[in-house]
Amino acid sequence: MTGDLVGAPVHRLEDAALLTGTARFTDDIELPGTVEAAFVRSPHPHALIRSVDSTAARNLAGVHAVFSHADLAPLLTRNLIPPDNPTLKFAESTRAVVLAKDEVCHVGEIVAIVLADSRYVAEDAVALVDVAYEVLPSVSDCRDALAPGAARVHRDAPDNVVATFRAEYGDCGPAFAAAAHVLPLSLRQHRGGGHPIEGRGIVARFDPATEGLTVWSSTQGAHRVRDALVVLYGLDETRVRAITPDVGGGFGSKHIVYPEEVVVAGAALALKRPVKWIEDRREHFLAAIQERDQYWDIEVAADADGRLLGLRGSMVHDQGAYTLLGFNVAHNATLAVPGPYLLPNYRLDVTIAATNRVGTIPVRGAGYPEGTFAMERAMDAIADELGADRAEIRRRNLIPADRIPYELPLKARDGSTTHYESGDFPACMEKALESAGHDRFAERQAAARDAGRYIGMGVANCTKITGRGPFETGIVRIGPSGRITVHTGAMAMGQGIKTAYAQICADQFGVDPGAVKVITGDTGTVPMGIGGFGSRQTVTAGSSIHLASVEVREKALKTAAHMLEVSDRDLDLKDGTISVAGVPDLSVSLADVAKALSGAIGYARPKDMPPGLEASVNFLPTGLTYGNSAHVVEVEVDVGTGGVRITRYLVVNDSGRLINPTIVEGQIVGGVAHGIGNALFEWMGYDDAGQPVTTTFAEYLLPTAPVVPNVEIVHHETPSTVNPLGVKGVGEAGVIPAAAAVMSAIESALAPFGVRIRETPISPPRLVELIGEAKAGS
Amino acid sequence: MTGVGELPETRSVTLSVNGERHEIDVETRMTLADCLRRKLGKTGTHLGCEHGVCGACTVLVDGRSARGCLMLAVQANGAEITTVEGLASRGGEWHPLQQAFHEHHALQCGFCTAGILTSMVEFLGENPDPTEDEVREALSGNICRCTGYQGIVRAVLDAAGRLRARNGAIAP
Repeated sequence: MTGDLVGAPVHRLEDAALLTGTARFTDDIELPGTVEAAFVRSPHPHALIRSVDSTAARNLAGVHAVFSHADLAPLLTRNLIPPDNPTLKFAESTRAVVLAKDEVCHVGEIVAIVLADSRYVAEDAVALVDVAYEVLPSVSDCRDALAPGAARVHRDAPDNVVATFRAEYGDCGPAFAAAAHVLPLSLRQHRGGGHPIEGRGIVARFDPATEGLTVWSSTQGAHRVRDALVVLYGLDETRVRAITPDVGGGFGSKHIVYPEEVVVAGAALALKRPVKWIEDRREHFLAAIQERDQYWDIEVAADADGRLLGLRGSMVHDQGAYTLLGFNVAHNATLAVPGPYLLPNYRLDVTIAATNRVGTIPVRGAGYPEGTFAMERAMDAIADELGADRAEIRRRNLIPADRIPYELPLKARDGSTTHYESGDFPACMEKALESAGHDRFAERQAAARDAGRYIGMGVANCTKITGRGPFETGIVRIGPSGRITVHTGAMAMGQGIKTAYAQICADQFGVDPGAVKVITGDTGTVPMGIGGFGSRQTVTAGSSIHLASVEVREKALKTAAHMLEVSDRDLDLKDGTISVAGVPDLSVSLADVAKALSGAIGYARPKDMPPGLEASVNFLPTGLTYGNSAHVVEVEVDVGTGGVRITRYLVVNDSGRLINPTIVEGQIVGGVAHGIGNALFEWMGYDDAGQPVTTTFAEYLLPTAPVVPNVEIVHHETPSTVNPLGVKGVGEAGVIPAAAAVMSAIESALAPFGVRIRETPISPPRLVELIGEAKAGS
Repeated sequence: MTGVGELPETRSVTLSVNGERHEIDVETRMTLADCLRRKLGKTGTHLGCEHGVCGACTVLVDGRSARGCLMLAVQANGAEITTVEGLASRGGEWHPLQQAFHEHHALQCGFCTAGILTSMVEFLGENPDPTEDEVREALSGNICRCTGYQGIVRAVLDAAGRLRARNGAIAP
């Protein structure tokens, strides 16, 4: 590093526009002649489409067109949505379609698009489209879907099995046979939504002059949107441009290419005028992806001291109606189980089941919360069985610092084994326990119980795979204006990464971060891009931008040395000016250097220097990097009402080197709040047929300010060894152990009753029920 | 809903938005939020749920917070409306809440922020010296998915202090 910006709590560059109402989100883009879209969506979990009659809708004043499958099919090269994953084998029947042809498989699946002068008129017209459905049997719950004789999610499929796989190492048989303790656990984890406050949305424009299609989409992957449109409409890559304006959060819900995006772009091509669709909240409940419905039936084996000998069993994962992104959620859940613990033997048989619900792909955490929940429940079960302290049991099982780097024979999706390259898991937990006053808690708890109050302390640890490659481009460019711009395929969704990238770049040029313009998520400026997911962008794009900045700095210094006729070792670069050390008058500006390198007339370019003051780097990480955290939670439970109040929340987090501690803390606290939602509030209800029953924020509860505690954060910085910045990803760190820690704390509070929590979320009535059952059983 | 072939009814309304007077024709069914965004270009007001829970679309109508998604534009006829675009001074100086939000990392994606700022302008007008619990309660009508509220609470408490100082109250 040259400057001191990396690691500084710089105030965000994104804020000014957002605070004054001048930011540009997708719905803020107003193109002349735009027509607005609304979708006809299936009201049934499973049905055949017998006919679609849009005559009345087309006749409504202000309606321009209604397109169903038959209308758009001639434009499409195929009706299946990319990206395809050639390495995964899963049931063909669950491949996602652009528009339902003759069968709909979940409530909210799109049947037709209506295009009108305004959304108001478009919605009027949606009500006039007459779709004749023949309702088919459906299945809602993923375990029911696997039962003999279950209704088929897709009528032509032989069964509802999407895929099966086994995660395994060691040999559980002998380990379990010799174990002092074998404890069974049946866990139910529940799906929720991403629910960014800005829903999905897209504006598409076809320009006949260039035969170009431009889309502005609120997405986590602009390049994947572009690539899908190229494939589906048979267009040239250079004629399609996807741009992400300001994005109002993603949390996984904007991580795939959706049918709506494809259909809106198709409508723009067909009508040759701009088309806009903005998702409303009900549509987000019905048709944006969700995650976390899983059933785990496992048993854990431990020796007499509570040391893990093995964990084995089975898990059923709800895929929903369509396989939208392989089955990485189920896969990640199996990877997350060992976490920071020494688990010598492991076997989990996974069945991925289709259901007549909207598809599941990663919501913030991506399977890691589920796997962590399973392991942490197992830890508490062992502690309860032995009558031991919950922290002490974990202490006995955490991977000691001197065993890092540590390799698990569990394969990540890129084929690499799980390799914890750095970190100190015991130190993180001890720091968290100490800060929380764990050693004195038993006394406080006893005193509270004497006073009729039930307080509890819970602890949970996790590791998280971060920095998934293969790369993310970083381009640093200084034009003849002297202004520094950074371009990357990484996606800004509200995290503050533009500020972080500006810090990384500005550090090399001795300028204020505000002097660096960061442009993200525009396929017109960066040819390749992967996107914002998996806590990966600071590692991948951050490293590329750092390396490109170093390269541009060196090129600028060498060029300036030539121009000033001195050695580049004698030069200082500060405030965008390169001067001879000790002779400030002898200087050139970055603008002059850029002009010289651009071949501008009258400027001498060094003969051996390639033109252009810019560099493009695709940093290729040599391996994944693993972050880890320890959460300690204190709660008070009202045993009469089942109400849970979180009174203290402590996080020790290791995300490697911090670029901007303020932004990192924001990511952690936001993640914790999401995890508290998963633990206590967010319940996505479906009836037995697969009809969603929670489709408003009055029915589906997101965490609000009075119920989210202040989160105290202690950083533990162990630099990663697999990237030049030493960073690890942090976007999902907060959410992963949160539900496990909260449940652990509730159990601790209710220890006198022996309540065991084996599910998420836990509502007050359910907790009252569990307390009643525990009392009756004791 | 309008029947087939029946044109939606329009009315002429007068709205004063951030001190600027507008006389416009609006459909009677158009929400205030859509009117501000589409007819008057005030796109700083955002829609997050359109059923009155998330609070993103909150604006001030005659000084009182109102859900822009639940109020019709015609209901605001004759009213003085303040949106996020109107919080800074005419000279462009940010409102103390805006400044405090920036300094306390009280926003991430910023989509919910406009409605939180307007709600807090009203709240601090009524309760210039709130406790943290009171701030959290006042924020309960606004959902933020990004921040976990921590930075927002700190910013509101800080802004309250700045406003008290500005308004000449004796700081404790």
